[in-house]
Amino acid sequence: MIPASFDYLAPTSVDEALAALAEHGDDAKVLAGGQSLLPILRMRLNAPETVVDLGRIEALRGIRDGGDHIAIGSMTAYSDIVASDLVREHAALLVKAVETVADPQIRHRGTVGGAIVHADPAGDVGAPILALDATMVIAGSGGERTVPATEFFRDLFETAVEDGELLTEIRIPKHTGWGAAYEKFVRVAHQWSIVAVAATVRVEGGSIAEAKVGLTNMGNTPLRASAVEQALVGSSADALADACGAAAEGTNPPSDLNGDADYRRHLATVLTRRAVQKAMEG
Amino acid sequence: MTRINVTVDGVSNADDVEPRMLLVHYLREVVGKVGTVVGCDTSNCGACTVHLDGRSVKSCNVLAVQADGHEVTTIEGLATNGELHPMQTAFHENHALQCGYCTPGMIMQAVDLLRENPDPTEEEIRVGLEGNLCRCTGYHNIVKAVAAAAGSMSSERSNA
Repeated sequence: MIPASFDYLAPTSVDEALAALAEHGDDAKVLAGGQSLLPILRMRLNAPETVVDLGRIEALRGIRDGGDHIAIGSMTAYSDIVASDLVREHAALLVKAVETVADPQIRHRGTVGGAIVHADPAGDVGAPILALDATMVIAGSGGERTVPATEFFRDLFETAVEDGELLTEIRIPKHTGWGAAYEKFVRVAHQWSIVAVAATVRVEGGSIAEAKVGLTNMGNTPLRASAVEQALVGSSADALADACGAAAEGTNPPSDLNGDADYRRHLATVLTRRAVQKAMEG
Repeated sequence: MTRINVTVDGVSNADDVEPRMLLVHYLREVVGKVGTVVGCDTSNCGACTVHLDGRSVKSCNVLAVQADGHEVTTIEGLATNGELHPMQTAFHENHALQCGYCTPGMIMQAVDLLRENPDPTEEEIRVGLEGNLCRCTGYHNIVKAVAAAAGSMSSERSNA
């Protein structure tokens, strides 16, 4: 299987990329790491006239310390996030989630920004980004704007990035000293999450002072388990089950061959308890 | 057509390719590196794994134009001066193949695994190879071979 023919543009700056998108509009598709897009093109689920490859824009790669936050360029590869001491120290939850994505080869090419804008609800990056209260930086012809993660994911494969815009950076407030865990339920290796739970907690004196919980594949977008977060405050490790029972509240999980919606709701409560427990251990 | 310059197994190549051409097809059909195989064609099986700038990638999931200006190493470029790479020797000595179709990808991924983790546990080997499928299910000897290669490569380093 090979993709349908397309014209290929490889801009070397964000401005050049934006100009290319302005010129080609709906006929253009943005290529980040390509680990989701190339299978789509090969299976001919999409056949854009023009592909705009961001791979030559060095300014979109890298991780820097922004003071109260860490800033991750949208074209930073998964494997660079896993290898980053800065991310591990201040946003451990993202590392825990990203190291479960697909397999090593995919993690070498796939990018955090590509995954977020692709917005597959079974993808593993949305839930931690949402749980960590990240802010997205979006560039367009009118300049730059920022969108909080809570307003970023709109629907299946749909985000706040409009036509002609690019996600350039993800800013994550520092969660230094927070424990984190990502519990991913799959049937076989290197597959999409049936359900996954991203949990990060700040522990004080053996009980939870603050908790943030994100859910993967429990609806059309990544979701926050807000009821659980509130219920967990003050909990100790041996009294988590009650608080985690509300994990599926307000969710609308899909039914498919891997499990129906009720099964997913059950999984969400179990995985939330496990994730919070692990997060409390570090 | 787009002009690309790609160094493959140490040799520089300049070719005009269609932008839609996959790296694996470029390697096999234009450069002639048929040691790299197409397995599943869905980016699951890992048989087409090569190194792009020293990191393992599935070459059916990369466009040839994305490799422009970069370096590719295939299974054919692993041996030096007629001497097999220690990973190739270990696969040979441990009978780490049955039909052999997954072998080029397995070896390339195993080399990448040891680059990141020179002394992996058995579990780390299995997880590190999770993107490579052996349809003969011959994983046992593959894992043994990778462990053996880790041992021989570490004693080579300490003798050096």
